Amino acid sequence: MAREQRIQVTVNGRAYDKVVPVRLSLADFIREHLYLTGTHLGCEHGVCGACTVLMNGRSVRSCLTLAVQAEGAEIVTIEGLRAEDGTRHPMQQAFHENFALQCGYCTPGMLITAIELLRENPDPSELEVREALSGNICRCSGYQAIVNAVLAVARRGAAG
Amino acid sequence: MKPAGFDYYAPRSVDEAVHVLADAGRDCRVLAGGQSLMPMLNCRIVSPAVLVDINRIEELDRVEATDASLTLGALVRHADLLRNPQIRAGWPLLTEATAYVAHPAIRNRGTVCGSISHNDPAAEQPSILVTLGGTVVIAGAAGRRELPAEKFLTGIMSNALEPGEMVVAVRYPRPVAGTSAAFVEFARRLGDFALAGAAVMLTIRKGVCEQARVTVVGMGDGPFRAHEAEAVLTGSALNGKTSKDAFTEAVAKVVAGVEPSEDVHASADYRRHLAGVMTARALQTAFERSGGA
Repeated sequence: MAREQRIQVTVNGRAYDKVVPVRLSLADFIREHLYLTGTHLGCEHGVCGACTVLMNGRSVRSCLTLAVQAEGAEIVTIEGLRAEDGTRHPMQQAFHENFALQCGYCTPGMLITAIELLRENPDPSELEVREALSGNICRCSGYQAIVNAVLAVARRGAAG
Repeated sequence: MKPAGFDYYAPRSVDEAVHVLADAGRDCRVLAGGQSLMPMLNCRIVSPAVLVDINRIEELDRVEATDASLTLGALVRHADLLRNPQIRAGWPLLTEATAYVAHPAIRNRGTVCGSISHNDPAAEQPSILVTLGGTVVIAGAAGRRELPAEKFLTGIMSNALEPGEMVVAVRYPRPVAGTSAAFVEFARRLGDFALAGAAVMLTIRKGVCEQARVTVVGMGDGPFRAHEAEAVLTGSALNGKTSKDAFTEAVAKVVAGVEPSEDVHASADYRRHLAGVMTARALQTAFERSGGA
């Protein structure tokens, strides 16, 4: 049984065809095989949320998904949020305006989680925002500003 | 924090999966949502020689609700369950409890059957299966068998699967008319593992409790079915005056009966206290939902 396998996967709109070890996580595939280092790895066991990406439109922990499981899937990472002309995603812009990041380590996961939340629930209460973000840990104690940023996007009705 | 090497199979049918499992023997794990197994692989708590990924088996990704029962295939994710209006209408206890399962990204991948198979004592799904009197459908080389929840769940992080077998579905009977239910839990942070929780199902007709189910989450061994509390409630008249006494007595039975373990998150005494508080709240909520007050 081969310990490597060929996968075809679309990441941020670009198609890739790669041979990967079967035990490789999607997170390490994104970072070390595609060199998209915006996806961060904190705990590597699903607790911190930093590695969260969209897989077929749903947020997943890329450290708890194998690269081979992404065969045929469409992945969106933080590098895929910007518009082609370089304009920030409305959520990125709101994080910028609300000082919703300090060291930036948790930010990729926060953005992906917040974008999925507003797509499913465009007008969340503050508690609903906090509940949705509860699986993403920020150690700079920036939650208040992050919640403000998400609510600001919701108020503008620009969830994207 | 990287898994040890394994042989990887991604079968397309249950028959194919069962063949792979039969050949693999004991040193093998089934991968569904991976929200418990992948951390265990990453931390090398387990290092199986063979990993059988069932995510490509379409026949397992199905929800079937009939007059008699609800069947959830082994690929139904917690998030699928939460979005399903048929489940919300017919099995509201399941929807209510699933909202407490971890965080959105975990619910998007984690499966109901996987949580039940893993049988973490702090997990919601095993207790709900017990409370609703559900069964687990198992496939193996010799065919299929169906086990009641309490036969399937054999203790902390253990189940009755034999080598070569896999869970293909869980089944919940439709609650009878006059049934109301409630689930509550306490965790230090939203989405954390519960320190304690309680699931209650009451069938009340003409003011009399005909059937009661009380299950406590977060105690030592997996779901704690509070038989003594159920015996107190069953047959008792439940109205505004009598319900209070019956519930107080049932809660006392729970507090006396649970055997919580002590760990870094909470002492055994605190968990025992919480078991009582959670049971009291779940009983009162279920009673109010039945139209009682």
